[in-house]
Amino acid sequence: MTTTTMNNTVPDNLQAGALSALRPLGPLGALSPRVGPLQGLRQTFSLAWRTLVQIKHNPAELIDFSVQPVMFLLLFTYVFGGAIGGSPHAYLMFALPGIIVQNSLFTTLNTATGLSTDLEKGFFDRLRSLPIARFAPLSGRILADIAKQAWAVIMLLVIGYILGFRIGTGPLGLLAAFGLVLISTLALSWALVLVAMLAANPEKVQIFGFVVLFPITFTSDAFVRTASMPGWLQAWSKANPVTLIADAMRGLMVSGPAARPAVESLLYAAGFTLVFAPLAVRAFKRRV
Amino acid sequence: MTYSIIAEGLVKRYGETVALDGIDLAVRTGSVFGLLGPNGAGKTTAVRILATLIRPDVGHAAVCGHDVVSQAHQVRQLTGLTGQYASVDETLTGTENLMLIGRLTGQSRTAANGRARELLAAFRLSDAADRAVKTYSGGMRRRLDLAASLVTSPRVLYLDEPTTGLDPLSRNEMWEVVRGLSATGVTVLLTTQYLEEADQLAEDIAVVDHGSVIATGTPDELKARTGAQTLSVRPANPADVPAVMAIVTGFSPAEPEVRNTTVTVPVSQEDVLPSVMRRFEDAGIRVAELNLRGSSLDEVFLSLTGRRTETGPEAEVLEGSAA
Repeated sequence: MTTTTMNNTVPDNLQAGALSALRPLGPLGALSPRVGPLQGLRQTFSLAWRTLVQIKHNPAELIDFSVQPVMFLLLFTYVFGGAIGGSPHAYLMFALPGIIVQNSLFTTLNTATGLSTDLEKGFFDRLRSLPIARFAPLSGRILADIAKQAWAVIMLLVIGYILGFRIGTGPLGLLAAFGLVLISTLALSWALVLVAMLAANPEKVQIFGFVVLFPITFTSDAFVRTASMPGWLQAWSKANPVTLIADAMRGLMVSGPAARPAVESLLYAAGFTLVFAPLAVRAFKRRV
Repeated sequence: MTYSIIAEGLVKRYGETVALDGIDLAVRTGSVFGLLGPNGAGKTTAVRILATLIRPDVGHAAVCGHDVVSQAHQVRQLTGLTGQYASVDETLTGTENLMLIGRLTGQSRTAANGRARELLAAFRLSDAADRAVKTYSGGMRRRLDLAASLVTSPRVLYLDEPTTGLDPLSRNEMWEVVRGLSATGVTVLLTTQYLEEADQLAEDIAVVDHGSVIATGTPDELKARTGAQTLSVRPANPADVPAVMAIVTGFSPAEPEVRNTTVTVPVSQEDVLPSVMRRFEDAGIRVAELNLRGSSLDEVFLSLTGRRTETGPEAEVLEGSAA
């Protein structure tokens, strides 16, 4: 080792014991020609870990995605429930599937604001300069958001159970409901990802996302039956993807028809993906 | 002689704006190469192409023989990038940031942790290792950013304005680190707006302006061409200005400039002062003010292009959006 020559060139303020970090380059090993699928998967997990570790340093985020849904659940059950559904319990059976959909949709806003932050701060450049799968930054974030959603859904179910909610179908129905809400909300989130690529900063994504998500969610039948709405709103509500997902969730978790709204939800999901995914990818390529 | 980076005729347009207008570069293996130019000259765009972040519209470039477009994955295994803005995750700790990169590039948990600790120690960040990066100072962030680009032990390192916005102390520290890295055999391509920085660190310099290379050479060659220093003279009697101009012209490769009654001119010899003084005495000119200082980039540009650098708002925006 050329420790002596390095001591001449490496300044004193870099501690002598640490010089090994700046060791001279060895012979160049063979370069891999591409990222293997398994490596891509591992990188996805590493980046999902990174998004989840952020929670540890920013506990406010934990409140955001665990206290908020519980607060919604309690508020709707006990404050509005009697007035809307006759009794808190009857309303809970109606509204819990809808609250799960609402919560999952709002969680996908995290995907969009997180991407926007990474783009703005230059962290995306760091990732893209590394020899990793091109899809890993996005898939890692989506995986982390799935974990957050799963956590919120489990919490809603547990607290819902304590309040009196009962699954009317079975474990398979519940599993299907969970799969459906994940797939549908992720597909809808492509539209938000596009916003993230176009907006200058995460605050704008947050505001825009909220302005869009809020009315769409509340003009659906996630929280109320649409019969008391004016005719034009009922027409919109019937076509609203949130209504379809909420209907399918009720069918899969409690009772009622599930197949038709589920298929329609998945068609919506396919449509959103087909339209917004290419637009988002194009906007991403133009931005960087 | 081998070259780690070769670029030929790189062109990149953003709509109407031409960011790069046909740049050629050749960076010798193991050297420090300086890309010197004002804001908006196209430095960042060039680095982003060489780091495979964007593709050139025209032209091609290779790093260690691998094409940056068709063999981007290979190039990424060879290069490290430290941008103008610290591109680390502010919510994570220093250790977590470095470990993430290690894990992403296939290191085991133990290896990634070891490499992270090693680099944090080398960059004097051990004490802050487990603190969130948002609590770091500007200089610390920049050091962590550099450490992050070294996790994979790259052969070629891009430093995009590594000291912009740093205080003089942090700047000197960063210079020492770059020298230390260069001593390990890493090829460094650094962009800078500071002539002094390029002079301190780089063995070869390319001066870029409006997306084109307008001069290349070693720091000494460039200084000889452009005048490393600027001589300014203010005669006590304003009527002596033409006489002063006539005298200083003899010491400079470029035309002198007059502002109010002060004559400034780039000069290349370091021992110019005594001879200039003697000439003034011989001519009977009384001098109110006389000084010799290092040239600014602006003055180098003036002598290379005959005009001043344009760092207007438009140029700022361009560089900002490219970064």
